[in-house]
Amino acid sequence: MPKRFEGEYPIVVEGLVNRFGEQVVHDGLSLKVKRGEILGVVGGSGSGKSVLMRSIIGLQTPAEGNIEVFGQSITGSEPDEDIGVRSRWGVLFQGGALFSTLTVGENVEVPLRQFYPEISDDLRADIARYKVMLSGLPEDAASKYPSQLSGGMRKRAGLARALALDPELLFLDEPTAGLDPVGASKFDRLTKELKETLGLTVFLITHDLDTLYAVCDRVAVLADKQVIAVGTIPELLATDHPWIQEYFNGPRGRAAQNSRAMVGDSAADSIEIDKPRVSGD
Amino acid sequence: MSGLAKFAVEQDDQGQGTLFLSGALLVSTVSEIDHGLEAIDVPLGSVDLSQVEEIDTVGAWIICRLSLRHDVKILGASKRAQRLLSAVHEASNDADLSPPVEPVWERVTGYLGTKITETLIGFVQVVGFLGQILIGLGNVILHPSKFRGRAFVHQLELVGVASLPIIGLMSFLIGIVIAQQGAVQLAQFGAETLTVNLVGRITLRELGVLMTAIMVAGRSGSAFAAQIGTMKLTEEVDAMRTIGISPIEALVIPRVLACTFMMVLLGFYASIVAIIGGAVVGDLSLGIPFFTFLERIKDVVPVYDLWVGLLKAPVFGLIVALAGCYHGMQVRGNSEEVGRRTTMAVVSAIFAVIVLDAFFAVFFTKIGWV
Repeated sequence: MPKRFEGEYPIVVEGLVNRFGEQVVHDGLSLKVKRGEILGVVGGSGSGKSVLMRSIIGLQTPAEGNIEVFGQSITGSEPDEDIGVRSRWGVLFQGGALFSTLTVGENVEVPLRQFYPEISDDLRADIARYKVMLSGLPEDAASKYPSQLSGGMRKRAGLARALALDPELLFLDEPTAGLDPVGASKFDRLTKELKETLGLTVFLITHDLDTLYAVCDRVAVLADKQVIAVGTIPELLATDHPWIQEYFNGPRGRAAQNSRAMVGDSAADSIEIDKPRVSGD
Repeated sequence: MSGLAKFAVEQDDQGQGTLFLSGALLVSTVSEIDHGLEAIDVPLGSVDLSQVEEIDTVGAWIICRLSLRHDVKILGASKRAQRLLSAVHEASNDADLSPPVEPVWERVTGYLGTKITETLIGFVQVVGFLGQILIGLGNVILHPSKFRGRAFVHQLELVGVASLPIIGLMSFLIGIVIAQQGAVQLAQFGAETLTVNLVGRITLRELGVLMTAIMVAGRSGSAFAAQIGTMKLTEEVDAMRTIGISPIEALVIPRVLACTFMMVLLGFYASIVAIIGGAVVGDLSLGIPFFTFLERIKDVVPVYDLWVGLLKAPVFGLIVALAGCYHGMQVRGNSEEVGRRTTMAVVSAIFAVIVLDAFFAVFFTKIGWV
């Protein structure tokens, strides 16, 4: 049984090169994700954020470079090869990617069935039930089909499935895209609380500046086919790269900054918090 | 090795038990102790977690379940364990995972009722769909610029030209089988030469068009349903509507026209190839020279046999295209529906074609085309 990862960097990307025909998406990209942090990944459309995520989770074989997750090399293995890391991460795809012929609860059971068939049916159902609630869905959502859910609920259902195996690492691909502002900030709270409660490391791709300010410990900026900067938002603001300046100091960036400055960190607290509420200590 | 979950129960003087959990309580290990914990019959007063080395939400749930059942005190929980316990406790519920299931008698009668109403509604909808197509056709005739020429030609190619090899092969083999089997039976009366009549009349009147319609339903009707169905799922059809393009005019009419038109040509082509197949058998095993066989066809097959085939062909083509497009447009919800509708399109098209063929057979006999 794999022990929890104790090293400092669960994800290490070195010299990553991705090409689609003539088009070079990544050229010598390097990135390290610290254990226990929420790393936000930003970049313009087409800067290869999703391709980076797909490379890390082994869906996209890079042309060159090395990727290690929990100290295991992803790049040296086949997409379907079992190298013991697949049960230790959860992935939330942009559209949720729920299996449309299964209910939400059954969707959550799929990874449990796949990796731990020895778990009894009762226990597996119990686990699926509380995971659905942990993701902030109402009780009756567990027996519904994905097509009966709204976009926001589908994202939460996808999150419940991503959390099914108690992963140490969580990948979120634009979790708040397409959500209304209230739903988006609820999702941000949820992400942060789950990270603290479950001790997750989160790799979060986003376009949402409010999400960056609200939940991310560090932010990695993708531009010019590389990670041009990694750091906290104040650290990034101190750099003079034109794209970063434009991104954070553009009208939308300013608006997000101001809203943080005006109401401080209590902005999100005033909104009704979703489950789980952490009251243990 | 610390990777295993273990438990032990100790009882004090009053019969109150204390459960000692140790090792790793993780999703990968709890199944080993799950049954053992379920089987504890001693009244538990407390659970000691001080020996637990690792815990995740599944481990926490196991403890939470015990505490819900036995009302126990939890001792020696680490900070992480406390957090997980409270989070899991908050999230505990007894929701159903599978959709609600009704009792058998309700389900059966409900199923029957839905089927009947669906059939009736389906019939009305098909008529409505046909009406929409006619309106669309009217529009296209009034405003010829609305006609999608390129789509039409593309469909002509897909439905017609691309299926020439498979329909040719099928018809050729059918011609061979009819001639060969027919000759064996006719030889009992010494009437092998009537094989020419048999092959010529049955392929032109019936089999050429019927088999082609079945093949086109399988090849093109299913493709129509799947294409249009997928476009419904990805909201392409809705996008068309909002831009002001009528999906009937853009998607359905080119397919229906192409299929109707091509069925005539394909049906004729199939009959001719089947006759050639028959002539090959005649040449090889009946001693009727190839060209004599073809000459004889001209003498023994009345022209109206050709008309019988050619009049049926466009009707069959229309039905196949209509079924494919109709079921495609009916797709809603999920990807499974695309498959279901595609199957329904093919099955209902073939069924309707065969039923109509029976009507045609009676009709043409009645008007004297025998």
